[in-house]
Amino acid sequence: MVAFIVRRVIAAVLMLVIVSVATFAIFFLIPRALGQTPEGMASRYVGRDATPEAIQGAVKRLHLDDPLIVQYGRFAKGIVAGQDYSLGPRKAECPAPCFGFSFNNNQPVWPTLLDRLPATMSLALGAAVVWLVAGVSIGVISALKRGTAVDRAAMTVALAGVSLPIYFTGLVSLSVFAYTLGIFPGGGSYTGLTEDPVMWFQALVLPWVTLAFLYAALYARLTRAGMLETMGEDYIRTARAKGLKERTVVTKHALRATLTPILTIFGLDLGLLLGGAVLTESTFSIPGIGKLVIDAIRGNDLPVVLGVTLFAAFFIVLANLIVDILYAVVDPRVRLS
Amino acid sequence: MRKTNALALAALGTALAMSLAACGGTAGGGGDKTTGTGNTGTGASAAKHNDGYTKVVNANDAKGGTLKFAYSDEPDSMDPGNTYYAFNWNFTRLYARPLLTYTAAPGEEGLKLVPDLAEGLGEASEDGKTWTYKIKKGIKYDDGTEVKAADVKYAIARSNFSEELTDGPKYFAEYLDAEGYKGPYKDKNLDNFKAIETPDDYTIVFKLKAPFSEFDFLVANPQSAPVPQAKDTGLEYEKTVASTGPYKIESYEVGKQFNLVKNEHWDQATDTTRKQLPDRIEVQMKQSAEDIDQRLLAGQIHVDLGGTGVQTAARAKIVGDAKLKDSTDNPYTPFNRYAMMSTKVAPFDNIECRKAVQYATDQVATQAPWGGPLGGDIGSTLMTPTTVGYQQYDLFPNGADNKGDVAKAKEALAACGKADGFETNIAVRGDRTKEVQVAEALQASLDKVGIKASIKKYPSGDWSAQYAGKPDFVHKNNLGIMIAGWGADWPSGFGFLSQIVDGRFIKASGNYNMMELNDPAVNELLDKGIQTTDATERNKIWGEVDKKVMESAAFLPFVYEKTLLFRPESLTNVYVHPAYGMYDYTWLGVKQ
Repeated sequence: MVAFIVRRVIAAVLMLVIVSVATFAIFFLIPRALGQTPEGMASRYVGRDATPEAIQGAVKRLHLDDPLIVQYGRFAKGIVAGQDYSLGPRKAECPAPCFGFSFNNNQPVWPTLLDRLPATMSLALGAAVVWLVAGVSIGVISALKRGTAVDRAAMTVALAGVSLPIYFTGLVSLSVFAYTLGIFPGGGSYTGLTEDPVMWFQALVLPWVTLAFLYAALYARLTRAGMLETMGEDYIRTARAKGLKERTVVTKHALRATLTPILTIFGLDLGLLLGGAVLTESTFSIPGIGKLVIDAIRGNDLPVVLGVTLFAAFFIVLANLIVDILYAVVDPRVRLS
Repeated sequence: MRKTNALALAALGTALAMSLAACGGTAGGGGDKTTGTGNTGTGASAAKHNDGYTKVVNANDAKGGTLKFAYSDEPDSMDPGNTYYAFNWNFTRLYARPLLTYTAAPGEEGLKLVPDLAEGLGEASEDGKTWTYKIKKGIKYDDGTEVKAADVKYAIARSNFSEELTDGPKYFAEYLDAEGYKGPYKDKNLDNFKAIETPDDYTIVFKLKAPFSEFDFLVANPQSAPVPQAKDTGLEYEKTVASTGPYKIESYEVGKQFNLVKNEHWDQATDTTRKQLPDRIEVQMKQSAEDIDQRLLAGQIHVDLGGTGVQTAARAKIVGDAKLKDSTDNPYTPFNRYAMMSTKVAPFDNIECRKAVQYATDQVATQAPWGGPLGGDIGSTLMTPTTVGYQQYDLFPNGADNKGDVAKAKEALAACGKADGFETNIAVRGDRTKEVQVAEALQASLDKVGIKASIKKYPSGDWSAQYAGKPDFVHKNNLGIMIAGWGADWPSGFGFLSQIVDGRFIKASGNYNMMELNDPAVNELLDKGIQTTDATERNKIWGEVDKKVMESAAFLPFVYEKTLLFRPESLTNVYVHPAYGMYDYTWLGVKQ
């Protein structure tokens, strides 16, 4: 088991290195291969009327004229050993793990990521609770009431949830519940949990529900399908034949079996969201990782894009690792494969 | 040119009055390019649409409360010396006082420069190459220390001569006689910056390379706000700016939240252009643009910091609701939206082919993407109606309804030797939806006279450095027409025209004179104008330059851009400052 975990951890680290190389290549190698010059890149990060000297200064400051391998090496070294950055009259220290400095606002990337993480975690974890509870419950009820009006209504709502984009449901919910009825605060109201727990909760209700609406719909459909399949298994018939109560049959036997694949997907979905819920954060102006990366992409802020990509990849790889290990715990055959 | 709403172009009194009188919400139609469809101001007691354009709405000097701004992006910097965003030249005045500023008043009065940190306007030497300013005694930073002339000198040195502060304009570097100066970060001895002298603590003398009669406009730029050398932290200074204005920085989380509180060392007696009404000012950044509009309409925030007006959805809602519309103003922005035809790309090297495009263009169709008359008036000149020196004329009338004159276009084509039309390319920034729609409208207009134009889309990030602003690329790719826009940094014809029409400014990259027009007569007029000290004579010259360039038929105006600003009921002391083309942020207060 230990050897298995070690193997998986090494594989996960290698995966992160590959992701970092691939992301770096996408943003630095491909533009250069297409004829982009260091001056052309630097001109994005200086004022519009920048003189050639100012552009050259930016090239030097951002090290854009270095060979790509040197640039990647500096980036990788920064993660391990940190690096310095000129602020003008003095240098700024960026201790390890340093993911570089934003080209646009000259802030170190790593502290920015850490600053944005609580908002993203608040959103993702809260929404995850909502969609897991709601999605699984609706899926189970729908399966048990198969073919009835309740089933059809639940699946119609689920279909709507899957089909409607978050920026639509988000804006509508803001318009109705924040700006018309005034029940919840509007966009841009996110406040840190430690700063004001009540406002934190109130500001996140609409984003939670909006994000969970999409996922709950997916989970309801998955749960329903799983339950229908499981309820037809022989051991369910046996359980019933033994005289077990229907509630016990459903919760202890059918649901337990159905939840295994649901929880696997849940782990991956949560890992993905911890890397940023771009649409929800943008719609509700939540200063999370998703909002950070979309703004960085718009502004060609390559160090931030690179940092967020690695950060998001880390959560996905971590979620995969946990799922793999849990599988190994559940099924010893996995360890041997 | 500033990045979004460059410093608003000032109006000649007549131009502004004309535009104000002519506004009026012409529904439908394309507006009139010879009279404009500007803005109306009514004398009704309750605030009406465009009242903020001509008077102060909700005048009320009650103090207290929190003034809330929101912005869909983040500015380049909150450092007054390192910003080129138009709204920031307005907003930074809350905590930074340049040598001069504009009068706090709507209409033409607001275009007049008045002393701010300085005691008076600049005194020029006889040869126009030396400008002297005396600064007021007793002006203090938020820590209580007194502002000295050397701090102004240092501020200009750092903002114009360092490799790190790249976001602001570099006019001082361009015009000051500072050959060889390496900037204060490489050369700590400020005495080596000889282009500015400070003979005593309250006198500052600028030495220029050549006469420049509009130097007062340059020192109204926030880069002349003083910076104590000991407090300069370079790129991080934006978080700890030494305040001289009515507010000081409480905190700045970059890209998230910027908070100001009252500066107890600011003295109203020394300041004629600002108020200190709210207890605090908060700015939320990186907010959803659509949500900002909803919050404005719901009264949850007071101002959209960007000053570029409401988005399409909110605009539709406002236009359909008379009460909401009464809470809006529809001022001109500093921008002219236009196309340039390259005089170096065939067949546009022939003026008759350029004229064919002028006549063929359906300007109502090219106005539509900007939002119709609310989004801008149809143009016929380079300078906009709110630019000093603007003269109204139309060299290429294209039909009574501005929808194109096919007959005249075909005549011009025949004169060009292309009676059957020709093929060309229209270059456009592909990620700017409105500009792409304009290109499509132009393409359809040209098709009617046999000009087959293909649309080539390029990314806006590299537009100037790699594509339309790079003459070699333009020639190689046969880019005959380029869709662009321009607004000036200070309210004069020179501020608007010099970068886009001076043939000596044609650059190998980052070129804004995409016509590649290098007319010695135009260049000479620009030189003559900037050396002319009499303002009336100077402004006449800018008008001549405008007409001379239009005669080349290489400049195809689409609209004088306008925007729709919303003022919530809770906002007091609201008026559109003509020098910024948005509300005066230093005057605003909030109802309790």
